[in-house]
Amino acid sequence: MNFAVVVFPGSNCDHDAYHAVKHVFGQSAEFVWHKETSLGDADVVILPGGFSHGDYLRTGAIARFSPIMASVRAFAEAGKPVIGICNGFQILMECGLLPGAMLRNRDVQFHCEHVGVRIEQADTPFTGKASVGQMLRIPIAHGEGNYFAPPEVIAELEAHRRVIFRYASADGEVTDAANPNGSVHNIAGICNEGRNVVGLMPHPERAVELVTGSADGRVVFESVIQHGV
Amino acid sequence: MVFDSATLQRHGVTPDEYARIVELVGREPNLLELGLFSVMWSEHCSYKSSRVHLKTLPTEGARVVQGPGENAGAVDIGDGLAAVFKIESHNHPSFIEPYQGAATGVGGIIRDIFTMGARPIALLDSLRFGPVEDPANRRVVRGVVAGIGGYGNSMGIPTIGGEVMFDETYSGNPLVNVFCLGIARHDALVKGQASGVGNPVYYVGAKTGRDGIHGATMASAEFDETSADKRPAVQVGDPFMEKLLLEACLEVMQTDACVGVQDMGAAGLTCATSETGSRGEVGVEIDVMHVPQREAGMTPYEIMLSESQERMLLIVHKGREAEVERIFEKWDLHAVRIGEVTADKMLRIRDHGTLVAEVPNRALTDEGPVYRRPFAPPADMAARQRMPSVDATQLPVTLDALLRLLASPGIASKRWIYRQFDHMVRTNTIVLTGLGAGVVRVKGTNRALAMSLDGNGRFCQLDPRQGARLAVAESARNVACAGAEPIGATNCLNFGNPERPEIMWQFAEAVAGIGEACVALGTPITGGNVSLYNETAGAPILPTPVIGVVGVLEDASHVRSRVFQDAGLDIVLLGENHGELGGSAYLTTFLGTISGVPPALNLAAEGALQRFLVAEAGLGAITSAHDCSDGGFVVALAECCFDSGGIGADVDVPAASGDGEVGMAAATLFGESATRVILGVKPEASTALLERARSAGVAAQRVGATGGTQIRVAIDGVVAIECPVSEAEDRWTNGFSQWLESPPQRRG
Repeated sequence: MNFAVVVFPGSNCDHDAYHAVKHVFGQSAEFVWHKETSLGDADVVILPGGFSHGDYLRTGAIARFSPIMASVRAFAEAGKPVIGICNGFQILMECGLLPGAMLRNRDVQFHCEHVGVRIEQADTPFTGKASVGQMLRIPIAHGEGNYFAPPEVIAELEAHRRVIFRYASADGEVTDAANPNGSVHNIAGICNEGRNVVGLMPHPERAVELVTGSADGRVVFESVIQHGV
Repeated sequence: MVFDSATLQRHGVTPDEYARIVELVGREPNLLELGLFSVMWSEHCSYKSSRVHLKTLPTEGARVVQGPGENAGAVDIGDGLAAVFKIESHNHPSFIEPYQGAATGVGGIIRDIFTMGARPIALLDSLRFGPVEDPANRRVVRGVVAGIGGYGNSMGIPTIGGEVMFDETYSGNPLVNVFCLGIARHDALVKGQASGVGNPVYYVGAKTGRDGIHGATMASAEFDETSADKRPAVQVGDPFMEKLLLEACLEVMQTDACVGVQDMGAAGLTCATSETGSRGEVGVEIDVMHVPQREAGMTPYEIMLSESQERMLLIVHKGREAEVERIFEKWDLHAVRIGEVTADKMLRIRDHGTLVAEVPNRALTDEGPVYRRPFAPPADMAARQRMPSVDATQLPVTLDALLRLLASPGIASKRWIYRQFDHMVRTNTIVLTGLGAGVVRVKGTNRALAMSLDGNGRFCQLDPRQGARLAVAESARNVACAGAEPIGATNCLNFGNPERPEIMWQFAEAVAGIGEACVALGTPITGGNVSLYNETAGAPILPTPVIGVVGVLEDASHVRSRVFQDAGLDIVLLGENHGELGGSAYLTTFLGTISGVPPALNLAAEGALQRFLVAEAGLGAITSAHDCSDGGFVVALAECCFDSGGIGADVDVPAASGDGEVGMAAATLFGESATRVILGVKPEASTALLERARSAGVAAQRVGATGGTQIRVAIDGVVAIECPVSEAEDRWTNGFSQWLESPPQRRG
């Protein structure tokens, strides 16, 4: 499969996403500079983590205006798989492909640590090989990952099973103690109505090789590769 | 003389130095020229007090690719790759404005690394603060930690380790020493030098503002009349700009269009132009009119002395300009041609064509004053080294004593700090932060690099030479514990005012100690930094040389952390316990004193121990390794149990002779004898391991086994301390954040 890893100025997990799909999973991968207008022959688009444009205005707020984003939108609207990780998730919300916004973590500190993440739905391209309720231990690394949306939006997300990942304790309990940033309903990741666009704050691309502390993120990549086969 | 003595004083230039300037320039300098000399001959840039001592350090070795003198040092790590690394201090700014001071410290050292053509892949920090009971110190701790995170996280360079210590002397003088390591191909290393007459000189990055013009060099009577405003001397960092510069510069360097690159750090444009010219034995001529400026009406003086961050100077091959400009444009950066390389070895500065300064490059960079400042040991050395007379009740060997030590700020887990640092980005971190030395794999090879920062101001206060030797030994030992062979070192030397003989003595002794240990352990110094004048109202910091050692692990899969991997392992202690309590964390915690004689160090034994740890890396018998340092054997043993999922340990150690009968138990368990490592060893492999240790001349004994839920420590068969792992781990895990959040105590 062909993965496009979009690079914004200030992206810094672009190399990690590229390494995961290219070297760990043996897929074809290309960096796509944000000033490009074409995604080429990509089958999957990854918006990687980082601090696009320094995140000086609001996380992801400027990146949505990048030339490549028109193609990303068209790609998404065609029903093809798009995943936004961390800053990529924030960009997807800013450009309206996903609902909600990120507040600063409730303790106003940056958190980098492994957390428990529960798979809530297995009918997206990125969770097809997972089972509902499966627990992943994968890293987060963000200062603004406190997911917020108005109650009616949350209700709609829940009603349509669009919460895909939730922070949970090691034994799968959704508790406040397992919530690292204060996100509403412990939401760690969601999808769009068409279920082909997924955004999440945790970093599955950092958890694809045991040597780095966890390989639980593999299922996200294995799912989309299987999806495309 | 055209300047009055007050002007010279404000520029930090002595009358003798001024006479030398006149001699070197061949006439009286103008104010701008005086400014150039004042920054380039400052202690920070010229090392005028420290140079004679630094020259004694070992800087050569088979692995050394680049020694001191460039932006960073480099050592060979195989496969045609080099590890490029250095440590720098940003102490004074971090006290004035903790967030920006620390942030720009991170920015500065990162620029030093990518200026060499290396991709930065790891950061470490060595930090010193005053006790946080004082709200002023608390502000510094919070600001510095947030600033390091704010900059490093944005850059996408993981902060994988470091060390933090507290002492009253760091109140008002916090230390922020930042280490950065990058990777480059040997043949792609870029030097900070200009060459090729007629080659254009480019400026790229942030605009030049009035920030960072040093207070001492800024104010003068003449200068006041023309300067509109005076800004604080602390710079403001822009990590996004630096990220763009990093990516753009590395892309430019992949072409061969660049002759040389130099970042603008201390002394800004002055340093970058004169050093590139001097290293290349050429001249550099620029017109400040072309320098991008953040505000209107800046004088040549201000432009040349500004320390605005995130700026680079590039010397480009004539004819390749368009290529270079195109790459910077891609990153929305505008590379501006500000001048060119000339043949006459002069630094020539013009302002709209008019010559405003003209001085020989070498006069600025190489012909500055060198001082052999007088030195003498402090008068109270003997008193410092005397152990206090105490009775047994003051030296507790109890469960409570262990818990108190584990929760003490210097020993407790620093998770509150490193959780705020992205320590996993780039997916190379293979020993998670807090679990041992910082270790990153090198993608595309089987290798990994281990690195550690260490320094012990308490030991140095009591004996600077011995303290420095111990710091080198500990840093290299930490790297060897991970399985890596120590191959190079960098140092950051933090001291008080060198004009005082006892401070200069501390400095000279520490440098001598570093040299002795680096020679013995095979870790040449490839670069570093000196920070002097760390004192307030005549009260200096503890002498604090910080050593960073880098090691290579041939097979990344052999890496070891400090954590016991399983129950039922044999616990083996390498090295000998001499029961040395002098300068220990234990004495400081329970007696509130820094006294006694620091532990002895046999460098031959230390080298043998480290070689043994490296040789064992591929053999599989050792599953974890942790050195004994602050808090001694029992604290180290407890740390081996932490993060293991609650695996306990049951050990029995022989009594050390100790400091008299009273302190025997405390000295045995909490003394900080050097050259000791606790191993978790597969039981079926331990007999052979002990045999190999014996052949290698390394003292080794099986002292117990892992398992159960208790940490149980006996001395000669008598249980001295028994503690549930869970309770110990809870105190250790939360001790630091609880201390930081405890009610502040305002003083006086």
